[in-house]
Amino acid sequence: MSFPWARQYEPKTGLTKFLDEKLPLPRLMYGAIGAGYPVPRNLSYFWNFGVLAGFFLVLQIITGVVLAMHYAANAQVAFATTEHIMRDVNWGWVMRYAHANGASFFFIVVYLHIFRGFFYSSYKAPREMIWLLGVVIFLLMMATAFMGYVLPWGQMSFWGAKVITGLFGAIPGIGESIQIWLLGGFAPDNAALNRFFSLHFLLPFVIAGVVILHIWALHIPGSSNPTGVEIKSESDTLPFHPYYTAKDGFGLGVVLLFFFAMVFFSPNMLGHPDNYIEANPLSTPALIVPEWYFYPFYAILRAFTVDFILPAKLWGVLAMFAAILVWFFLPWLDRSPVRSGHYRPLFRKFFWFGLIPCMALLFYLGGAHAEEPYIMLSQIATAYYFLHFLVILPIISQIERPEPLPYSITEAVLGSDKKAVLGENTTPAV
Amino acid sequence: MAETAATATTDQIEHDGEGYRRRDFIDIAAVSAAGIGGAAVLLPLISQMSPSKDVLAESSTEIDVSAIEIGQAIKAVFRKQPLFVRRLTAAEVAEANGVAVDSLRDPESLADRTKEGHGDMLITMGVCTHLGCVPLGAAEGEVRGEFGGYFCPCHGSHYDTAGRIRKGPAPTNLEVPEYEFTSDTVVRVG
Repeated sequence: MSFPWARQYEPKTGLTKFLDEKLPLPRLMYGAIGAGYPVPRNLSYFWNFGVLAGFFLVLQIITGVVLAMHYAANAQVAFATTEHIMRDVNWGWVMRYAHANGASFFFIVVYLHIFRGFFYSSYKAPREMIWLLGVVIFLLMMATAFMGYVLPWGQMSFWGAKVITGLFGAIPGIGESIQIWLLGGFAPDNAALNRFFSLHFLLPFVIAGVVILHIWALHIPGSSNPTGVEIKSESDTLPFHPYYTAKDGFGLGVVLLFFFAMVFFSPNMLGHPDNYIEANPLSTPALIVPEWYFYPFYAILRAFTVDFILPAKLWGVLAMFAAILVWFFLPWLDRSPVRSGHYRPLFRKFFWFGLIPCMALLFYLGGAHAEEPYIMLSQIATAYYFLHFLVILPIISQIERPEPLPYSITEAVLGSDKKAVLGENTTPAV
Repeated sequence: MAETAATATTDQIEHDGEGYRRRDFIDIAAVSAAGIGGAAVLLPLISQMSPSKDVLAESSTEIDVSAIEIGQAIKAVFRKQPLFVRRLTAAEVAEANGVAVDSLRDPESLADRTKEGHGDMLITMGVCTHLGCVPLGAAEGEVRGEFGGYFCPCHGSHYDTAGRIRKGPAPTNLEVPEYEFTSDTVVRVG
């Protein structure tokens, strides 16, 4: 967008000329996701996940709107209408399974997108705003997913809602009032179900709005790339269309293969059987756990078992929120001028042998029973998690000696800038 | 913006004697009125989320406890949550009183947790203080845990005959809701 060699949109037909004068939407799309957006030529498949996340957002909105046509947000009938969708509504089962597994896949691709950002330090200047907006999107996704899981009004829906809103009860003094205000009652009931439905319908469109800001902010500096070296000349770039529409399209095909394999052959693999029992306030399931994508944060929540000045429960709640909020400060915690983990030997070690095993462990522990040795393991993993972001990253960026960077993206790809074949309307590479 | 303009004008009056313009006054008055009006809109928007009248109407429950036999417990519903009403046997009362209060995680005596004259009537929420599960022990034949009171199957919290936490992860005793005996046999909870 900001590169002088970006191809310009030229309307050719009468209709596109008319549109370009009155409402230049085709021009906007051409510059945003068409041939008018120059993208680094060396992007790996790790750069697919933004587009994939966008795809799953659209899928969730479409299947969600369809489900809302057949569902009734009333505690008397919510469970029954969910079963009605599964049994009676034409193609209802595929809509619901696509929606439920779509949420899981949305989180899978977003987690990979975030970890791409961690490894390649995509959050560093000049891309801080893209990162901050991304964390906002992730928080909105978590809120949306939580409320969506309550809607079928099964046992896990009910007890999940109770435990999660109960977290606010940990706030001293005003906590209980906040919990009652959030639920519109003393326990999850019709009022809570209705407002969760209303917000579950609204928030995806808010997410879509923030996604537009996220992409807008991305187009100002342009996409990052696996070397972390900024674009210097046209030979470093390729037009987004057709090169990356094709690459993203291929990646999408592969992911959809896995997605539909799950929807059709193992649709309940990531769900909990207890949610096929209608909500019953007088009986609790043996193990209350959230959906898998909340496991790391649930593990952090349960890691605090000792009162220290504040009650243990409040520490857990604070730590859980802090675990995500710390991402907002990442651009200023990691001060190394080198972006890509490929050129940062020490950072790389702590990424692959510190952060990744730590997150994997937290993912496992969030779904485990709250007993030893899982509690102690969550305490160790939680401690490392915060240590990694707050202590290890800032120290690494002070003491690390990065490996030499390539002069340019073209050099990294072709061995020399001079080998680049240039398109028309360009200045020669250096 | 109107406010900055206004301060500047006030200063000017004091220093060089220039007056307000009528328009400044109208600006500030209009923006203030609109601002207060806008803020007032928040009140219904926030307050609508609080429990509605019908929910509040169910926020107190009357229970007839005359039919509960000694040693028996019943489950009632209070604010859409389980409520345990239990008539203790003399042995259970003695057991609860036999424990040194200071040695407990959440030190309370049985007398603190019951009403005067009804020392054998233990009324608690059926909500485990750990993560909100419903403990066992209120219905006939259910496990009552190592201390003969209630047992939460989720994470293994044991409560004694006074509903006090004795073993397991729960931080506090089973909550005793606000209640009063309106007659010898009727309890109003909430």
